[in-house]
Amino acid sequence: MSITYLDAIREAQARALAEDPRVFIYGQDVGDFGGAFKATKNLASQFPGRVKDAPISEDAMVGAAIGAAIDGMRPIIEIQFADFSTAGFNQIVNHAASLHWRTQVPCPITIRLPSGGTSGSGPFHSQSMEALYAHYPGLVVLNPATVEDAYSMLLEAVSIDDPVIFCEHKYLYYHLKAEALPTEALPVGKARLARPGRDLTIVAYSAMVHEALAVAEELAGEGIEVEVVDLRSIKPLDTDTVIASVARTGRLICVGESWPWGGVTAEVVSRVATEGFNLLDAPPMRLNAKDTPVPFHPNLWAAHRPTARSIANAARRVLRS
Amino acid sequence: MTTKKQLHPAAEQGITRGMVPTVITDPVTSDSQTDQERFLSSFRWMLLARLLDEKLASLYRAGKIHGGVFLGRGQEALSVALAQALRSGDVYAPLIRDTAGRLAFGETPLDAIRTCLGSSLGPMRGRDGNVHRGRPREGYLPMISHLGAMISVVNGHLMARQLRGESGTVGAACLGEGGTSTGAFHEALNQAAVEHLPLVLVIADNQFAYSTPKSRQFACDGLVDRAVGYGVHGETVDGTDLAACLDAITAAVDRARRGEGPQMIVAQLLRLCGHGEHDDAGYIPEELKKSKVGRDCLKVAEEDLLHKKWAGPAEVAQWRRDALQVLDLAVATAQREPVPDPYKESWCALASKHLSEGYADV
Repeated sequence: MSITYLDAIREAQARALAEDPRVFIYGQDVGDFGGAFKATKNLASQFPGRVKDAPISEDAMVGAAIGAAIDGMRPIIEIQFADFSTAGFNQIVNHAASLHWRTQVPCPITIRLPSGGTSGSGPFHSQSMEALYAHYPGLVVLNPATVEDAYSMLLEAVSIDDPVIFCEHKYLYYHLKAEALPTEALPVGKARLARPGRDLTIVAYSAMVHEALAVAEELAGEGIEVEVVDLRSIKPLDTDTVIASVARTGRLICVGESWPWGGVTAEVVSRVATEGFNLLDAPPMRLNAKDTPVPFHPNLWAAHRPTARSIANAARRVLRS
Repeated sequence: MTTKKQLHPAAEQGITRGMVPTVITDPVTSDSQTDQERFLSSFRWMLLARLLDEKLASLYRAGKIHGGVFLGRGQEALSVALAQALRSGDVYAPLIRDTAGRLAFGETPLDAIRTCLGSSLGPMRGRDGNVHRGRPREGYLPMISHLGAMISVVNGHLMARQLRGESGTVGAACLGEGGTSTGAFHEALNQAAVEHLPLVLVIADNQFAYSTPKSRQFACDGLVDRAVGYGVHGETVDGTDLAACLDAITAAVDRARRGEGPQMIVAQLLRLCGHGEHDDAGYIPEELKKSKVGRDCLKVAEEDLLHKKWAGPAEVAQWRRDALQVLDLAVATAQREPVPDPYKESWCALASKHLSEGYADV
């Protein structure tokens, strides 16, 4: 049996629907059609009335999720592409995120964002929004990088009493496979040591974890041991695991697919610099996408975001300094 | 050391009905009321709301209130009529000029004053203020400032009930004519129609959104014309006429409750105050103030009830004194209450404390 990252997301939702009558799914084309990516395939017939097509109204979709959550439900909202979540941004950051702090009433909603670039998708079907949402207090932001995490973190997201921004990577949907669904998992909020090493720490998340692992494999042939930390959760961010890794290696590169101004990589480097400056043997480095919209053409797209090749070049520079 | 004065028991409570001494109404039982009883109880909520607003305005002028103060002067009839038509279990999302509706829905004057003064015993505990108050678990939603945003949240409550197979409750949202220019309004009204939800949307067309006249807000003849485009039942009403508001809104709420889908009510009235107490509203033309739309709904209602001999001037004067007594007690109570302490604040926005970043500890 082989399970893809996308299967895992579907299976997690099926299990959440089966186990908890408060769960329902609301999003564009999620009903009988099964979703633009088929992440809700067959769920509408399996769980009649609980997998609902929404009009193209992201603001009202998230608004309705907030009301349903106050009324005791646990909605899962599928935003068709993460990029479109800006059309529901107000309800997410101003309403869902502030509700508990203002009223002491929890807002348990899960907002699934099919994120990240795939070749040919262009400026409006490729974005990674985690930094934007992590900036706002009151949200939990998750970026699973493995089939196992896609399953277990989505299940945990639905059980969390706060709004969760669940950034699932579209490139990983079909490219990642596992033998079986996991039976145990690290809790949300803990980073994972994806590969141990002693010479250099690469902190990554989502699809970039796999680019980092490819670099580690390549550099292993040159006798260099790269340690790869998979953040898993962007907010909260597991600073302890990152610092512990830098304490072992003395060198840090942080890689993100999102844009360079601020964001996750800046946050990681900032935390290591403030809390673990004396652990560093070389200036920390960060790699991000270029500071332009995500390009359409595959040639441009391949150069727009960090890849194993650009990360390997950066790694050699950090190791020389 | 002075002895603490014994408070009126109702002053200690949160959301409750029947706060005003001898007030005769309870929205839960409003169905069994006669027209006269409904009118009189509505009038008394309006009177209490007007006096509460005046109390807040004087506290603001005395520098006792942080931030803004926003009043519902001139909108009491429309506001109270909606709350009077709601029952326990319904969802209510008032907006900034709904002091009367809030009180009639069950908010105590003490809760209102606590929020404006920032008491840590109020429902918002100093974390949010003025009109941003509510008790969501009791169906009383605290608005965010972004207009139109509350409508889809009410829809969500109603969808939750639909999913659970529950019927019989409705959800009500309030908006001004300016708020109808938002995308949120359009998305939410369309959503309610698609899902056939028992939503009642009450639009107070008070002629100005802050300083912007409605001619700069929309170009259709009347906002109610939009209802048909959404597949929603629409009605207009004279927002200065309490009896008309009660009839129109009660009928709309009843239609929604019977399963006839979303209802839209557009009321014509005039905001008889500034956008907030910082605003002298010099942009409102005198002729508009003197026109029918500029009538004071409280005065109109008082004249109406005196004319019908449902009460005499002495009774009205007594109601006013009763209301003032309640308000004075509530202000005195709230002023003695603790204010929020930054050293005791958790500074954690999440319900899941274990997922907090814990910056405060760094």
